[in-house]
Amino acid sequence: MHPAPSVIIFTTLSGLGFGLLAFLCLGYPSMSGLVSFIFFAIGFALAIGGLLSSTFHLGHPERAIKAFSQWKSSWLSREAWLSLFALVLSGIYALGRIFLDIELTIVGLLSAFFCIATVFATSMIYAQLKTVPRWNSRMTPIVFLIFSIAGGALLAGQISVALPLLALSGVIQVVSWIFGDKAFAQSGTNLATATGLTVNPSEVRSFEAPHTGTNYLLKEFVYKVGRKHSGKLRIMGSILAFGMPIIFLSLPFSHFIATLAFITHIIGMFIIRWLFFAEAEHVVGLYYGKR
Amino acid sequence: MTSLPEKTEKKLGLVIDLDTCVGCHACVVSCKGWNTENYGAPLSDEDAFGAEPVGSFLNRIHSYEVTPTNKPAHLVHFPKSCLHCENAPCVTVCPTGASYKRVEDGIVLVNESDCIGCGLCAWACPYGAREMDPVEKVMKKCTLCVDRIYNENLPEEDQVPSCVRTCPAGARHFGDLGDPNSDVSILVEERGGTNLMPEQGTLPVNKYLPPRPKNQMDETDILAPYLEPIANEPDGFFKWLDKTLDGI
Repeated sequence: MHPAPSVIIFTTLSGLGFGLLAFLCLGYPSMSGLVSFIFFAIGFALAIGGLLSSTFHLGHPERAIKAFSQWKSSWLSREAWLSLFALVLSGIYALGRIFLDIELTIVGLLSAFFCIATVFATSMIYAQLKTVPRWNSRMTPIVFLIFSIAGGALLAGQISVALPLLALSGVIQVVSWIFGDKAFAQSGTNLATATGLTVNPSEVRSFEAPHTGTNYLLKEFVYKVGRKHSGKLRIMGSILAFGMPIIFLSLPFSHFIATLAFITHIIGMFIIRWLFFAEAEHVVGLYYGKR
Repeated sequence: MTSLPEKTEKKLGLVIDLDTCVGCHACVVSCKGWNTENYGAPLSDEDAFGAEPVGSFLNRIHSYEVTPTNKPAHLVHFPKSCLHCENAPCVTVCPTGASYKRVEDGIVLVNESDCIGCGLCAWACPYGAREMDPVEKVMKKCTLCVDRIYNENLPEEDQVPSCVRTCPAGARHFGDLGDPNSDVSILVEERGGTNLMPEQGTLPVNKYLPPRPKNQMDETDILAPYLEPIANEPDGFFKWLDKTLDGI
């Protein structure tokens, strides 16, 4: 799949932002006034910035409001509603915290729920696609959720929670790669089922593409650049996203080191999210003799 | 609405004969022509006369080389367009309701004024039947020529999809696959029509008729033994030359 920067930025930043907002709305860390304002501002900037970025890959962003209409069937539509609930509720909670120094416990619980539900809906947009076997797995929502919660804990300064969650994220990511690498072969879709011409996929081969140039399908679904480096990028991404933040957070606390932990985490997350798209193979590539 | 209808009154679709298709791409051209001049946003091209032309098409013809063991190899031309699936994954993923399946005839369409161009329906389609128009930025797909098949201003023989009308080989058939007595259903029954990627669970309406088995050709010709080359060895001057050159 083509790793569009707008979608990588969106999923990474909004995942982190909603994770942070969830912790803040549960009262971790407990604070008020200016400190509270800064924490919430970071949370909203990440979540809303990510959502805005996602509109850049739309052909007609001016019609985006219509995406609220099909929540009964579409995960993308559900994501729109859930993110709206999450932002409004955590906004109300934040106002109480910042200006009135009150704790709206019920609102906080609800907004934390909707923050996590939003991340789940985002993950289901990918996990529902049978056409991309690597994504069509329970591992996809698990990975998105644990990353969001671990990143949120890191940003919220909940070091004792962030440390085990970051380690767990690394383990889950490795497991997801192990399953994901086998997913396409296990899906049972190959050129033989795609064309119905033979039973044995080795007996049929793409002889000629329908066109001499490229097309939308090949640009969007057949992305090979950088796949040969995926092994190195997986290691780099894991070290940056999980390994280095764990080391930094284990050191005596300072704001400088915490910032370093956050910066390495987010760079690692961008690499891992880039791989999520670049390594995913769509079955339509079979028709072109490509993966 | 992006929920699928439980049942459609008809299942209009195409039956494509892979035995007959000659791979001329006439259906591609007529499809592009009709759907650029009629319903919906025109099918655009970018850099059409330049080094990297790209454009949207609703129908594309692949070619596959089939090499079965113990059978002759053959080349199959393989037209591919929207299969108007009964369980269309492209419809249910749509967040705006732009993508829908019609109850009356099962045709899957896009309401272009509601399409936000998110591309998720193209991601959900295993067949590559949907393409984002590079200029209009809305999703384009086969309409089964919904503006021809019910158009009483056209002569009766033209009230079929443009690709079907154009095919010079008669490799494309149009009809109601929900009616077991229709010509297309009988054809599918007789020729063992198949679904593409059945494991994806899309239940496509369009069917593909497999190529008929080719004749076995163990011996090229009964006269072949008599046609073996007579002069295996050179003689006369060439025999001398051959020997001399070998000796050098």
